[in-house]
Amino acid sequence: MFLINCPFCGEREQSEFKAGGEAHIVRPKQPTELSDDEWAEYLFMRKNIKGVQFERWNHVHGCRKWFNMVRDTSNDQIKAVYKMGEKPPVE
Amino acid sequence: MSNNLRFKTSKFIDETYRISFKFNNKTYFGFKGDTLASALLANGIHLVGRSFKYHRPRGIMTSGSEEPNAIIQLHDNSSRTEPNVRATEVEIYEGLVASSQNCWPSVNFDVGGINNLLSPILPAGFYYKTFMWPASFWEKYEYFIRKSAGLGKSPKVADPDIYEHKYIHCDVLVIGAGISGIIASKMAAKNGFKTLLVDEKSYLGGSSIYDNSEFSKINNQITSSWLEKEINEISKLENLEIKIRTSVAAFHGYNFLLARENLTDHLPINQRENKVRQRLLKIRAKKVITATGSIERPLIFDNNDRPGILLSSAIKKYIDLYGVACGENNILFTNNDTAYETAMSLIQRGIKINAIIDNREQIDSKISYEVEKNNIEIYKGYTVVDTYGYKRINKISIMKLSKDGQTVIGDKTKLNCDCLGVSGGWTPAVHLFTQSGGKLKFREEDQIFIPNVYPSDQISIGSCNGDFGLEEIIKNTLSSIKKFLDIDNSEYKTVETISGLNQSKRNIWLLPSDKSIGKTKSFVDYQNDATAKDIKLALREGFRSIEHVKRYTTTGMGTDQGKLGNMHALGIISETAGTKMGEHGTTTFRPPYTPLTFGTIVGRNVGEFFDIFRRTPIHDWHVANHAEFENVGQWKRAWYYPKDNENMHQAVQRESKAARDSAGILDASTLGKIDIQGTDASEFLNRVYTNAWSKLAVGKCRYGLMLNEDGMVYDDGVTTRLGENHYIMTTTTGGAANVLGKLEDYLQTEWPELDVYLSSVTDHYATISVCGPNSKKIVSKVIPDLDLSDEKFPHMSFKNAKIDNIKCRVMRISFTGEHSYEINIQANYGKSVWEKCMEAGKDFNITPYGTETMHLLRAEKGFIIVGQDTDATMTPIDLQMDWIVSKKKYDFIGKRSLYRSDTIREDRKQLVGLLTENPEEVLEEGAQIVADIKKSPIEMLGHVTSSYYSPNLKKSIALGVVKGGKNMLGQKLIIPMENKNINVTVADPVFLDKEGERLNAKL
Ligand SMILES: [Zn+2]
Repeated sequence: MFLINCPFCGEREQSEFKAGGEAHIVRPKQPTELSDDEWAEYLFMRKNIKGVQFERWNHVHGCRKWFNMVRDTSNDQIKAVYKMGEKPPVE
Repeated sequence: MSNNLRFKTSKFIDETYRISFKFNNKTYFGFKGDTLASALLANGIHLVGRSFKYHRPRGIMTSGSEEPNAIIQLHDNSSRTEPNVRATEVEIYEGLVASSQNCWPSVNFDVGGINNLLSPILPAGFYYKTFMWPASFWEKYEYFIRKSAGLGKSPKVADPDIYEHKYIHCDVLVIGAGISGIIASKMAAKNGFKTLLVDEKSYLGGSSIYDNSEFSKINNQITSSWLEKEINEISKLENLEIKIRTSVAAFHGYNFLLARENLTDHLPINQRENKVRQRLLKIRAKKVITATGSIERPLIFDNNDRPGILLSSAIKKYIDLYGVACGENNILFTNNDTAYETAMSLIQRGIKINAIIDNREQIDSKISYEVEKNNIEIYKGYTVVDTYGYKRINKISIMKLSKDGQTVIGDKTKLNCDCLGVSGGWTPAVHLFTQSGGKLKFREEDQIFIPNVYPSDQISIGSCNGDFGLEEIIKNTLSSIKKFLDIDNSEYKTVETISGLNQSKRNIWLLPSDKSIGKTKSFVDYQNDATAKDIKLALREGFRSIEHVKRYTTTGMGTDQGKLGNMHALGIISETAGTKMGEHGTTTFRPPYTPLTFGTIVGRNVGEFFDIFRRTPIHDWHVANHAEFENVGQWKRAWYYPKDNENMHQAVQRESKAARDSAGILDASTLGKIDIQGTDASEFLNRVYTNAWSKLAVGKCRYGLMLNEDGMVYDDGVTTRLGENHYIMTTTTGGAANVLGKLEDYLQTEWPELDVYLSSVTDHYATISVCGPNSKKIVSKVIPDLDLSDEKFPHMSFKNAKIDNIKCRVMRISFTGEHSYEINIQANYGKSVWEKCMEAGKDFNITPYGTETMHLLRAEKGFIIVGQDTDATMTPIDLQMDWIVSKKKYDFIGKRSLYRSDTIREDRKQLVGLLTENPEEVLEEGAQIVADIKKSPIEMLGHVTSSYYSPNLKKSIALGVVKGGKNMLGQKLIIPMENKNINVTVADPVFLDKEGERLNAKL
């Protein structure tokens, strides 16, 4: 079970968090301008990387804040956590 | 017999404390300190069970948690019975009753033993190959297979014991209290680390604590005495907590571990009353030191499974720790020096050793010379080729090994014995290390896997790290711990060791025989009866991955997870396939290391705590008024209120009629309530709901539909504008938490610029809904100051009011189609206001109704229930709710998806009303809807989502989803049931008062 360093609360156990899928997918500002394919790309297509992945997490049973995480899915090492809107601190 | 086998020399056995116990209905005696296994051996009992497949007689093989054979059923009484318990781990207590597991009718005469004779036709995969066809026969086969393959009985009644969970946080966790674990604990604790030391056994010190040999010394003291002093010292350390009888079950990522602490299983039954039996420890350690030791390997030869064949180290432990001799005529069979230590222990007590068979041609160690001095014949370069004796070994035959060890040569010699100790070297216990995600590497010289890459802040020390000699263990432990904890090693300045052992070994995974492999039974997995022959067969049949071979042959699939034989399986695979060890993978060890009872896993979460539920503030009233309850999410909701022996149907019909004829009252407190504030609150609602919100006046309410980004209906409810920048949103009961989560998600991640704040206030308020033609009169009695005139308080509006000086919010909204009010008041006043309403409604036959009536009333009006009439595939358009989707709004969640090529299809499933030809016939919810019954296969058009008998319309009504249903109004469809076809007509989903006359009636 991960020990996650919530950027707002500090280290807490994984059971307090909920994973929210791939990070840095921005909702299109003008969805009506998009073709079906472009909208589907935003709506459905997600990466599932073996290796370093950028993810959204929510401290759902804590401060309720969403934040981002860089995690290596091959060994579950959390490389970094950072607030929404911030740039990822690692490549 | 027992006198000959018990040596009164062990300080671990209290001979003044005699304990009687029952095994297979016979009474025996043992002493305090005995395990069930040691006590049975002291009584001359080796035969304790039958093997799983062939029902071969099996004896005690080991002395610890790796035991594959001595798996027994413990039954103190019927409610505490426990299967799959290892006799080698059970400490005996007064009143212990145990029996063999896998045998019928008895361990001495077992019907299943016939399988042993049939074994040539029961090869690996036999069950897969034979019982698969024809498929319909499986049920018949299964009955017989299950009957003869008993792996213990589960208890039939609730477990009477108490279990609990405990969280432990520590700087350093040390797993295993053998010599290296003790040293590590002392170094950690003395250097200021808060340390926890756990060991699965009832004593500390591991195998070194009974290492009394002159050939093993530390600082010129016998190892066991040196270690005893160390244990004495650490037990006084403040920084160190020691837990014995505590077995680590799982080592997860981030140094999170689960351990079972056994608190009462060793006590006499009358001393266990009201005590916690087992504790599940949830340990989060900053650093973990794994010192789990190693497990001796058996040797793989023909008939290597007879009772009386034990690991050589187990024989040593039984004599040194328990004072029990496993046999009177012993032979040791080895490929390394360990067996000579056992020999010395036996020699010291004058127990006869008939011979030592050693695979090695050359043996050069002090201890072996000492053994030779005692006139014990050592057969160098020999192997055992067969054993004899059905229920107990009585003879072995041996032959000389060829130079390459692949064949046997020369004559066969037979030797008598009643006990054979085998030693194939040692396998590091890396189970926990691999569970944690650690990667192993293979060490060629002694053919073992050792830890290589650590996934977290942890280290393995001692023999689980591949350090076997005493000197090596101590030297490496000291230097590793110093580095790992970044400390000065001031605790152990000089440690001098003497050891008579030498680490040479001649490893042969499968020992050769004079018979062809097909005629041998060389067991690799004792518990599951997997033989070397089976593994070779699997390879011949094309299996390569160890995980596949494992499943096909069932090697390592027993309750012991193949702790003894997995390495041999890997060895035989790589030898046969001509590949390198580890190339086909190493098997994955999964938690738990040893089996856990369900009691330990659930802890105190039993009975009403198993799945906690939420009660409304009015719950007690519902109970007092005989409500039946329904689970909705975690809530207990009043379902219906039966009166005078009414059944559910009768109660719901009465409640539904009363609500429309006069007045009904519903506890709606479970509806989710989200308080929304901020200058951008209106804009926010515009974006999350499909309809427009900017123009909603303060004091007004509006129904809203919320979609997922994929356009599918997610939740619905009424939201009220309390102030300029203040709204209260209601959600479905089950959806409350998810809706809040979703809204927070958008606010925080997509629209952080919006000034909006959300708070869940669901359980701050009790919500009481009063409906029906007389609702106005009732509410005016409860809140006389409130002007209920249609002009001042029209439908879909809200007022602040007071009941006895307590503030409340009253909404005039309706989910039934009747004139109705919803009173929201601080939760703790909920029950008294409800009672006030009941009192005020007495003259109007006010009728409490539950969720079932609520569902019926809304179905009469064609109102949907999200999750019942919708699943995650229904758009508002599919629901014929186009009216609520704003055409003007530029964007809202899900809007773009409403005109994807898939969502604009005309033949999507759409919500329709269904009327049965026979108005008395009520459809089954979930029933399939078809048009053409003759077509093959019949095309399914949809299904019934809601169905009731309406007492107000005096006919059956239903809602359903039907492909292209929107354009099928008036069309006849068929609901095929098991024994009849029901004719239905597609209808408007609004069955009652489409014009809203009831809602708008002047009251
Ligand atoms: Zn937090």
